Amino acid sequence: MAEGTFKRTDGRGVEEMRPMKAEVGVVPNADGSAMFSFGNTVAIAAVYGPGKMHPQHSQNPEKGTLRCNYNMLSFSVSDRIRPGPSRRSTEISKITEWSLEPALMIKRYPSMVVDVYIHIIQADASTRCAGINAAALALAHAGIPMKGMISSVSIGKLDKQLVVDVDKNEEDWEEGEGATDIPITMTQDGEITHIQLDGKINGEELKQAIELARKATKEIYEVQKKALKGSVDLNKK
Amino acid sequence: MNKMTEGMERKIVIPGELIVAGEEYLPGEGTEKNGSEIVALRYGLAEESNHLVKVIALSGVYQPRIGNVVIGKVENITFYGWVISIDAADDAFLPLQEVPKYVSKEGLSEVLDIGDMVVAKIIGVNTRGIDLTIKSRGLERIDDGLVIKINPNKVPRVIGKEGSMINLIKDNSGCNITVGQNGLIWILGKNIEDELLVKKVINFITEKSFISGLTEEVEEWFKNEKGGNK
Repeated sequence: MAEGTFKRTDGRGVEEMRPMKAEVGVVPNADGSAMFSFGNTVAIAAVYGPGKMHPQHSQNPEKGTLRCNYNMLSFSVSDRIRPGPSRRSTEISKITEWSLEPALMIKRYPSMVVDVYIHIIQADASTRCAGINAAALALAHAGIPMKGMISSVSIGKLDKQLVVDVDKNEEDWEEGEGATDIPITMTQDGEITHIQLDGKINGEELKQAIELARKATKEIYEVQKKALKGSVDLNKK
Repeated sequence: MNKMTEGMERKIVIPGELIVAGEEYLPGEGTEKNGSEIVALRYGLAEESNHLVKVIALSGVYQPRIGNVVIGKVENITFYGWVISIDAADDAFLPLQEVPKYVSKEGLSEVLDIGDMVVAKIIGVNTRGIDLTIKSRGLERIDDGLVIKINPNKVPRVIGKEGSMINLIKDNSGCNITVGQNGLIWILGKNIEDELLVKKVINFITEKSFISGLTEEVEEWFKNEKGGNK
């Protein structure tokens, strides 16, 4: 894996992420909200609650429930996608719930629910990672007690080369062994809460991928931290 | 910024962030002790007084507490009392016994009908729900005036230190104001102009809620407003 010899389609270095942007408070009517983007991938998340769980039979008197809803808007990609829930969006909603829940302290809200709505308004691969990052920001912004922040990044394997933050061109890589996409989500302490993999990769490379993700999520964490802290100016006149 | 007597400065913290390290500090609301470090559990403003570190919420839904005075709306009437929505996660219940006069089982809607607003006090918060009372001075049905809604996290700023802010508004407008801890505010004045003036100043406070010396700023605001009207 000699660095420098590998060319990414957009000229980035193998460990370089697309420019990230984050902002909180983008949906004024929500209890907490955030926008997060990786280059051309833009996600918006809105949090409502904790509130009463409906339907009542879904209430859990032991602890609160996190309910995520991932939705890709029909204009987010160049070929219009059919709006509404799909097999893919239902799966990603569930994945998002699982990757966020370890950091949340919603035991304190029995029989209640925290709703998270994630909308992908522009898609250029890594949408689930952008969605998770936006959702974590929105949950913090809504004042939900959390053990720490959650950051997510996708590691790609293009032919035999590992790269950080895959975009759409790279996702469609066809040379050599083709493209493998590995979305990884971590807590701020570098513990994995979510990892997905479809494609081919050996154990050694997977270890390297996780190390790359650990480095990348640290960078994302700093962006998230800055967004939350920057939303309030203590000395505003 | 206010000068702190000692220790740390006020700062915005995010979940999982280290606030201060040191054995002498105690974890308050919204924080956790991890070894000798005080770590934030929620997003907000970290403050320290007498070694107690706490995080003041800046956002989020209203968390009901015993003793809070709240303003709510009657959602439903049952055989034993009223179901009242107070903009919290759970609905609240006002039982018949907590009304300061005798009410017959048929006369519930005469005391409070569906859609009426009421000032009440929370006497119990448990897993089954929130219990209210109106058996105290100042707790009553709202018949007249204006009710506005603000972010419940800004309520302490509207009231001010020992009520300094709210008294300033009362003195300058001549209105009677009841601030519910859930963010609903009842304004009762002699005429609608006075009430709207109070609404305007409260919106001003919520916008500028982070600056220090806000009380002086509001005094100035009233001076300008009165000067402008002449």
